[in-house]
Amino acid sequence: MTTATVTGKPDEPVVATRNYLTEGGVTLRSWLLTRDHKRIAILYTLSITFFFFVGGAAATLIRLNLVTPPGIFTPDIYNRLFTLHGVIMVWFFLIPSIPNTMGNFLIPLMIGAKDLAFPRLNLLSWYLYVGAGLLALFAILIGGVDTGWTFYTPFSSLYSNGYVVLALAAVLAVGFSSILTGLNFIVTTHRMRAPGMTWYRLPVFVWSNYATSVIMVLATPVLAITLILVAAERLLKVGIFDPALGGDPLLFQHLFWFYSHPAVYIMILPGFGVISEIVPCFARKPLFGYRFVVWSSIAISIIGFFVWAHHMFVAGISLYAGLVFSLLSYVIAVPSAIKVFNWTATLHKGWISFDAPMLYALGFIGLFTIGGLTGLFVANLAFDVHVTDTYFVVAHFHYIMVGGMVSAYFGGLHYWWPKVTGRLYPEWWARIAALLIFFGFNLTFFPQFILGYLGMERRYYSYPPEFQAWNILSSAGASVLAAGYALPFFYLGWSLFRGKRAGSNPWAATGLEWQTSSPPPTHNFDRTPTVTRPPYQYRPEPEPQDV
Amino acid sequence: MSEAGPLPRPEPQYATAGQQAEAAAFGMWVFLATEILFFGGLLLAYTWLRASHPEGVAEAGRHTKVVIGSVNTLVLLTSSLTMALAVHAAEQGRRKALTRLLAVTALLGLLFLGLKGYEYHGEWTEHLVPGLNFHEDSPHARTIELFYFLYFLLTGIHGIHVTIGIGLIAWLALRARHGAFSARHYTPVEVTGLYWHFVDVVWIFLYPLIYLVGRSGP
Repeated sequence: MTTATVTGKPDEPVVATRNYLTEGGVTLRSWLLTRDHKRIAILYTLSITFFFFVGGAAATLIRLNLVTPPGIFTPDIYNRLFTLHGVIMVWFFLIPSIPNTMGNFLIPLMIGAKDLAFPRLNLLSWYLYVGAGLLALFAILIGGVDTGWTFYTPFSSLYSNGYVVLALAAVLAVGFSSILTGLNFIVTTHRMRAPGMTWYRLPVFVWSNYATSVIMVLATPVLAITLILVAAERLLKVGIFDPALGGDPLLFQHLFWFYSHPAVYIMILPGFGVISEIVPCFARKPLFGYRFVVWSSIAISIIGFFVWAHHMFVAGISLYAGLVFSLLSYVIAVPSAIKVFNWTATLHKGWISFDAPMLYALGFIGLFTIGGLTGLFVANLAFDVHVTDTYFVVAHFHYIMVGGMVSAYFGGLHYWWPKVTGRLYPEWWARIAALLIFFGFNLTFFPQFILGYLGMERRYYSYPPEFQAWNILSSAGASVLAAGYALPFFYLGWSLFRGKRAGSNPWAATGLEWQTSSPPPTHNFDRTPTVTRPPYQYRPEPEPQDV
Repeated sequence: MSEAGPLPRPEPQYATAGQQAEAAAFGMWVFLATEILFFGGLLLAYTWLRASHPEGVAEAGRHTKVVIGSVNTLVLLTSSLTMALAVHAAEQGRRKALTRLLAVTALLGLLFLGLKGYEYHGEWTEHLVPGLNFHEDSPHARTIELFYFLYFLLTGIHGIHVTIGIGLIAWLALRARHGAFSARHYTPVEVTGLYWHFVDVVWIFLYPLIYLVGRSGP
């Protein structure tokens, strides 16, 4: 265990009647005005789940349309569907997913703090998120946007007939929400650690969210100003992105990807953190090469700022720029690979059990590896010219974002579910869902690698008949995937009321968050814990369950 | 307030008031890092424009009102001095001096905004406002329009920052007058000071890029 003693005063009862869910009242008002990081995490989880299903519904319609070319939707509606899917999934699910739910809930618990450094800012961040989400939904309901999530100029600034400015405003607002979260996490990690919680005793989950926060704080403002420029160009018909107005569309792409490529790491680094918690716990071994894992996160967050133009190999950048960005994109694969090797080495000779969180984690390692290796394919100049804007790229980033990040999200959700709710989820159902998601995911997206290699372009509502067999496979996989994603909604909901009581530490895990009761009290620890040992002190045999 | 006042009770998530003060200052530094990148995007756009159309940008630069710009630079730099003196007064627990210096800082900020508004008015009458009334006969008209597009965005966003700063400083002055700060507790003054100096530093970059370009050389 990481700490000496952190349980409540000895004369207090062990039953967690005094917890954040009931302390401070159960009224709606007490939730909507809460400053407790754990309650805000719950608010985020509910809203993010909602947007996940909105984005998922759009994906379902896209896959439905692609079963039978030329499909059931008009091209115009199809364009709005994939834009909706992209905008919602990127900004309203993936970016806030792990940081704002588990990060919010766990970072103070993991470092032995009572709350984040700025609780009011944390609540403001959620309100910004919800306001932005409602604005985005409003833009969709009154007609939608057809630019794709990338808002490329001059289409977005001049020709598009969708509600582009509204959508830009929504993304701008959600961007500020993520800046505030990042700022809060950085200050909290620096200033709120318990005595003895040195940097090298921090769980990798905290390190990963720290690295993510650095990107949020430094990249998001560039997106903000870029969106303002696009909106101004669209409203005033003056601007620097549209060649007809004297501007340069490449400038837009540079600015956009200066945010959006680092944002890809916002969408995966927290997943690395979750996996680094789950793998040692279910292999009963310390994380192999802790410092390498830590520094590879930091390296990714730094190098991630210098690879953006690999999205623009065919956009007209110079060959030399292309060479440099290609090389740097190879370089950033190194720290990512270090993590995969270290998780694998952690498994080596471990005492492995296959509970649902571990199934998700193992799925993550495999899928992320495929996504990462195909990332090297598209970092290669010559190959990228062949597959730019094809389904190969779509499959590549879905392996990272969905196979990686969503798997990590579900893994983390199951792993910390007992801590958050005080209840155990039904293990059998959870394993079925994990397997369904893994197989459904591969069936959906592996055919897309082949389609892309054969030359099927992304973002078209129709395709030549020879691609139909692969598309039918992909859509069949999507329905398995949808079933896999729907299942947890039911059995986790059931467990809230009927699940077995979890106790404070059902996994016999190390880490401060497991030392306090489940669900934790509002101020997390009755006495501030003192940390004396490094994290992940697991031994290769099952430890007796917490009594 | 000449004597060291009572130490305020920290918010519940902090162990000590000192930890709270450190977190607040550090939070402001992180926020300013965000701000640098925010203005950085616009400055990149400016750099691109100037690199691709140097002559047009130089001509546009000669349209700017260098006297007002220079006076405003002086005004803003002076306000940074009074802000620094205000923080110093707060450190020493001199309540009257703190209140006055904050008030002077806010007034200098207002003067800056007033001069800026006068300058905008001049640009409006000279038909230099892109998208609304821009008219220019030069062969570089398009570049001049883009220059003024960026000019209004840069100075407009900077102006919003100045306005927020004035509001914060005026509020601090009111609280200082009622003795809210002491030599042991003046974090809000210190943190707002950081913000105000940042707004100043942004202007130091904007001034040469806007007013001095095209005014040197043969």
